[in-house]
Amino acid sequence: MGELFDRLKKDLHYVEGMQACINCGTCTAICPAAEHYDYDPRAIVELVQRGDESELEALLKSDTIWYCGECMSCRTRCPRNNTPGLIIMALRALSQETGYFVESEKGRQQIYLKRTIGHDILKTGYCVYAEGLATTNYPEQGPIWDWRQQHWKEIMDRLGANYQKPGAGAMRRIPDEALNELRAIFEVTGAMNRFEKIENFSREKAQSLGMHWDESLDNEYVQKAYHGSHNNS
Amino acid sequence: MKNVGKQLIWQQYQKEIAEDHFFYVRSCIRQNFFPGAEATFLRILKDVLHKDVYDDPAHTTCTGIGYHTDIIPLETTMTVVARQFALMTEKGYKNFIPSCVTSFGLYLEILESWHNHPEVLNQIRKYLKEATGRTFELPENIVHASDIIYKFRREIASKAKYRLVNQQTGQPLRVVEHIGCHYAKMFPHKSVGGAEFPRVLSGIIEEWGGEVIDYPERRHCCGFGFRQYFIKANRGYTFSSVKKKFDSMHPYSPDLIVTNCPGCNVFLDKGQYVISEQEGIVYGANGYGIPVLTFEELAGLIVGFDPWDIGLQVHQVSVEPLLDKMGVWYEPEKKYRGKNNIPLGQPLQPTVLKTF
Repeated sequence: MGELFDRLKKDLHYVEGMQACINCGTCTAICPAAEHYDYDPRAIVELVQRGDESELEALLKSDTIWYCGECMSCRTRCPRNNTPGLIIMALRALSQETGYFVESEKGRQQIYLKRTIGHDILKTGYCVYAEGLATTNYPEQGPIWDWRQQHWKEIMDRLGANYQKPGAGAMRRIPDEALNELRAIFEVTGAMNRFEKIENFSREKAQSLGMHWDESLDNEYVQKAYHGSHNNS
Repeated sequence: MKNVGKQLIWQQYQKEIAEDHFFYVRSCIRQNFFPGAEATFLRILKDVLHKDVYDDPAHTTCTGIGYHTDIIPLETTMTVVARQFALMTEKGYKNFIPSCVTSFGLYLEILESWHNHPEVLNQIRKYLKEATGRTFELPENIVHASDIIYKFRREIASKAKYRLVNQQTGQPLRVVEHIGCHYAKMFPHKSVGGAEFPRVLSGIIEEWGGEVIDYPERRHCCGFGFRQYFIKANRGYTFSSVKKKFDSMHPYSPDLIVTNCPGCNVFLDKGQYVISEQEGIVYGANGYGIPVLTFEELAGLIVGFDPWDIGLQVHQVSVEPLLDKMGVWYEPEKKYRGKNNIPLGQPLQPTVLKTF
């Protein structure tokens, strides 16, 4: 065991998710990610249980830890009360804290998530703020979504939302005081620190790869992270 | 009746659902994608069931999607959740109902962690105090919004205008229930019925006259997978999961799919469009898809709310085949109208999937 394991074992997700694995493979049998990717949660739990520091470092730098969908189907089935999905969350946290996430294609996607979901939360108080979210990036949403985007406010009003107004209701404007409290919580509890790490490690990686980098979603590095899919199997 | 065998097992999966006085927290996905669904839920609680429910303007996201895309640390999410509990406490409520299934699972996970590690709860109290000056009590009762509809399913049935019965044949409609993974897979004992046979939607469907379909991939995830959908490169994960489910349910000819998780509804509805465009496959009859309703929308339909008032026009899969089977009265020309009947044009037709 070494420093990485010491850090991993302090993570509450690890504490809650890792009991004693008997390597039965039930988690892998039930796992949607294992159907889609070359992914085996049993092997991950076995690796962290084995305690080899160099193997852990390689895992933190790999695509493997980013394949899980966090559906937690594994938790229901494990006969020994392990939760591989929670262990994955601990591994992902450590990969971001150490900067190893930028060494894998899937890990590099964190910058896009931080700049969309992370920004939406702080700016609007919603995890997802879908006005303006176009089918060019989300074509799966279909022509009904184009119609909704064209008439976003009118449809919100038609369906009883309190769109961008003060007071209660769907899609209300969340008060500035609430957003200020959210930001203060992010400052005090480490989310801003994690955001900075995702930004800094990603910027350094972009520079080392000679890729264009700026604060938008449109730069070469972020776009490649969003679209690149060399390791989907 | 003696409580033995399955009766005894079933008893373990009953849960206490408060009778009245609810503090409601909204879902980011549901508000954006089905803004009429939550309004319908509140309308049913207030106007049909005459319950007291509080919708606080100051509550925010629980950060659930940020948490499950791993950009938000656990301590941050715990403290945001603590703030929601503080708002509940300040308003004098003890019964907490999230609209979102991801949130519901997250609240349960956090409460369990605090139970197992009281020192973490103490730390979160300090964080919240430092960041906001607020303090909080833990909820006495926390259930998902679909649990509330389950609890009052008989009262709703007694006031129903329509039933889940084919008006032409008299036969029960065949209904797929899709339960969001985080409703019961993490904490089966906190659900109605457990992870394998949750009753929260099947109980509703049967009470309202429908027949629940049991199909092989009934418990498979919808495929959202958080980062797996939000990143374009990963979406094969999402839509291969959707296809697996539809291929599995197709032989059973469902008339309707009902969901309790807002994300699942997006992917089971829009996924039918994706599969039709990519594979040329349509799963419903006559070139239409299988309508996918949220539990609030279904309840609204049953008690006789106008389908376009509750927002059924925002689904990609047209709901008209379902409305016609149930004998629901509706005005086709008003489907794509705004407030005060203002015309809003019409969405384009998909290439393969037929729509109204």
